[in-house]
Amino acid sequence: MNIVVALIAGLLFGLGLAVSQMMDPAKVLNFLDVAGAWDPSLMLVMGGAVAVTMPGFYVILKQPHPLFSPRFFLPYVGHIDPALLGGAALFGIGWGLAGLCPGPALAGLVSGNGDIVGFVLMMLLGYRITGYLEERRAARATL
Amino acid sequence: MMVATEFTPVSALLGGAMIGLSALLLLAGSGRIAGISGIVGNMLTARGADLSWRMAFTIGLLGGAAAWLYLTPPGTLELNLQAGLPLMLLAGFVVGVGTRLGRGCTSGHGVCGIGRVSPRSITATMVFMLTAGITVYVTRHLIGGGA
Repeated sequence: MNIVVALIAGLLFGLGLAVSQMMDPAKVLNFLDVAGAWDPSLMLVMGGAVAVTMPGFYVILKQPHPLFSPRFFLPYVGHIDPALLGGAALFGIGWGLAGLCPGPALAGLVSGNGDIVGFVLMMLLGYRITGYLEERRAARATL
Repeated sequence: MMVATEFTPVSALLGGAMIGLSALLLLAGSGRIAGISGIVGNMLTARGADLSWRMAFTIGLLGGAAAWLYLTPPGTLELNLQAGLPLMLLAGFVVGVGTRLGRGCTSGHGVCGIGRVSPRSITATMVFMLTAGITVYVTRHLIGGGA
């Protein structure tokens, strides 16, 4: 059942990225370019999404467990640490360079564009190398 | 290379709401957060049931995007790449490192984290919006000479 849930959720997510045109790097960069010909669309995409998630999550997280899973898998909400700040800062720089964040980059693969394929491969490489270094550091810390 | 785009409030709100609904469904059904960097990035190391839901989500996402891209009239959705290959590769790498280190991207922190009113996610979203804005200002107006 979790596979069906994930498939439908993915479908909705991909449609949402396409309908809102967030797959278009020009639209994203024109949002970030407040000093240029500003296109505020992205703000309404996030606003529309949060208008659904904020009340929805509030209700869902009051339930003892999800429908098809024994528990909720939730990240920490507290402790703002240097890794969070540095990571978010780096992510923003990469996002601003190409106008692609992970969702739209992945969705853009369906266009068959080789440059987007390159972006996604490098993204996975960067993610994995960082994960590996973090694991090694954590392992050393417990010795 | 810079392409002008129009403000599209209706499709933005509609698409945004669909992304929000996707996140609701995944949390209510499976208890998972719809953060793309984590779902896809951790696919490389996931095994068994943890791998299969990530793959199903990814296949769904690709299917949804493909359906809209190829079934709507030409020009409905354009992908105007704004960077050449070397910059795309660099940007992809930096996005990968940053989203792993910062534990999330626009969806995990921006849509789901803010939806949970998480101080970490609200902070992360403000930080990546700020550095992205500065990056665009530098590349378009300081180095690029404006337009």
